[in-house]
Amino acid sequence: MKRGYFGDYGGQFVPELLMPPLLELEEAMEKIMKSDEFQQEFARLLKEFVGRPTALTHCANISRELGFNLWLKREDLAHTGAHKVNNTVGQALLTKMMGKPMLLAETGAGQHGVATATAAALLDLECEIYMGALDVKRQAHNVRRMELLGAKCVPVDSGTQTLKDAINAAMRKWIADQRITHYCFGTAAGPHPFPLLVREFQAVIGREAKAQFKEKTGEMPYMVVACVGGGSNAIGMFHEFVEEESVKIVGVEAAGTGEPGCTNSAPINLGTPGVLHGMNTLLLQTGEGQILPSHSIAPGLDYPGVGPEHVHLHASGRAQYGTVNDHQALNAFQMLCRREGILPALESSHAVAWVLENRDSIPKDANVIVNLSGRGDKDMGILEDYLAEHSK
Amino acid sequence: MSITKLADKINEAKAEGRIGLIPFLPAGYPNRDQFWREILELDENGADVIEIGMPFSDPVADGPVVEAASLKCLEDGINLKWILEGLTGHRAKIDAGVLLMGYYNPVLQYGLEKFAKDAQAAGVNGLIIADLPFEEGLVFRDMLAKHDIALIPLVGLNTKKDRMALYSRGGNGFCYYVSVLGTTGGTASLPVEVKEGLAKAQEVFDIPVALGFGLKEPSQLKELDGVVDAAVFGSALIKHIDSGKSSAEFMKVWK
Repeated sequence: MKRGYFGDYGGQFVPELLMPPLLELEEAMEKIMKSDEFQQEFARLLKEFVGRPTALTHCANISRELGFNLWLKREDLAHTGAHKVNNTVGQALLTKMMGKPMLLAETGAGQHGVATATAAALLDLECEIYMGALDVKRQAHNVRRMELLGAKCVPVDSGTQTLKDAINAAMRKWIADQRITHYCFGTAAGPHPFPLLVREFQAVIGREAKAQFKEKTGEMPYMVVACVGGGSNAIGMFHEFVEEESVKIVGVEAAGTGEPGCTNSAPINLGTPGVLHGMNTLLLQTGEGQILPSHSIAPGLDYPGVGPEHVHLHASGRAQYGTVNDHQALNAFQMLCRREGILPALESSHAVAWVLENRDSIPKDANVIVNLSGRGDKDMGILEDYLAEHSK
Repeated sequence: MSITKLADKINEAKAEGRIGLIPFLPAGYPNRDQFWREILELDENGADVIEIGMPFSDPVADGPVVEAASLKCLEDGINLKWILEGLTGHRAKIDAGVLLMGYYNPVLQYGLEKFAKDAQAAGVNGLIIADLPFEEGLVFRDMLAKHDIALIPLVGLNTKKDRMALYSRGGNGFCYYVSVLGTTGGTASLPVEVKEGLAKAQEVFDIPVALGFGLKEPSQLKELDGVVDAAVFGSALIKHIDSGKSSAEFMKVWK
């Protein structure tokens, strides 16, 4: 396989001015990340700061109804309320050990921004978060959280004023200030080595889930399921199971409203191959290669591209990628709230919804683990708007 | 036309004892009709090479002025077909070398081979793909070379000699040196490191070296006598046109 590629996907499509920091990062992954010093400190922080291991919860009520067992890997219980913090603590620690004083990050809805600001505060790093101007307005609450944590939030008013433009702006800033900054990329996408780096920090999800499930049952699960936006929680869950050939792997993309031709966030299912943000991947784009806006009711899935390893897992047939629409995700959200007492993120609700929607294809008594990537408190505003709109 | 056309144009300027001038304008700016008039005016008023921007929705290597201008052109429906067809119609009237600048994805979707062929037919002499570093660009560079189009290497302050050497072997046209770390249209005056970096590039590359990004004042050119073979103007020209002045006036100041 070509360096930095997963099959035909991935690569390093960046201005030459970004090659030195990417090469520097690759070297740090080799020399610093593999050291005992790094690994021990990372393990300590995951345990004592993030609160790992997160629980593996059996959903007894829903399982009875489904006729098979639904298990949830509870990333919603990680500090800051989602899996994002596994990655930001890892990258912040690496930044510290590389001797750089500052973190840059992009954020869409603000979850990665908050997780980065959190890790920066913990490790005494300066922190600047780039956020689309439209998102700054929609997620004022998260902007305040970042500021409380000591980060500077920079609104980006170019392009569509959303996540993809925030990434562009953060990349520009990194080009300018690479000597003193590290770009804490939020998902398992972007130019090599980010897809590998982020996977490395998120793989703890699958490792724990596998060990916890084995301890409870002595077996392997029938299937693991996770939602896919950029794809970091999913690759974190999948990585440990890719080599376990008996385990089915399902990624779930956001279909938007689900109507034909609607704005969606499902590039694996509905996109075409192309190059954006440093990687060759599947994209929502016009025939002329201009990137299209994406949409999902779940802000964390709202991205026109996807991590290259997912495209490879899809192309090779090792994993399958389905879609779930806004309405189906909300059903799953409500079901998990009422039947299990868990208020899931709208992103994670997509993964749960896929299981509910495909219940007939899952054998009786099978064990399905869904990565519950985050909690849904952050989504109350979106939920209220949606319910108000649809009860009219 | 030959693949050395851009190098030849810059070397002609050098032989006349001056720095080659490379104005940049996003295709279709400020509007479809005026764009070609501006290009012809730039050509008549001393441009040695003319750089035309191909719009992309996500231009990570551009500063705010160029980004805003090219997003406007994108909204106006400017695409590669419009650029290549327009160029085919106007090329005979343009004496300067012609260089296209853009991002990889639109070219990839157009089809790399088809693009190389159509660009050659339209009289394009060189291409800058801002997000195509050496490793990813080798195959395309060879493909373009077969059509006499130079893939222009972009290097900068943080490019070490070994990476410059990668680009230098088999490099065509000229070496585009990015003057400030950061993106186009930056504010910095020309620091000492830039002069040192340019000297390093001159040492490594056999082809001419052009300085781009961040040039604002004609006085900056004087500092560069003997250090650089050509200079690119992007944001400064866009701002000039935005203020309602002509390209001819713009060129006069820099000549």
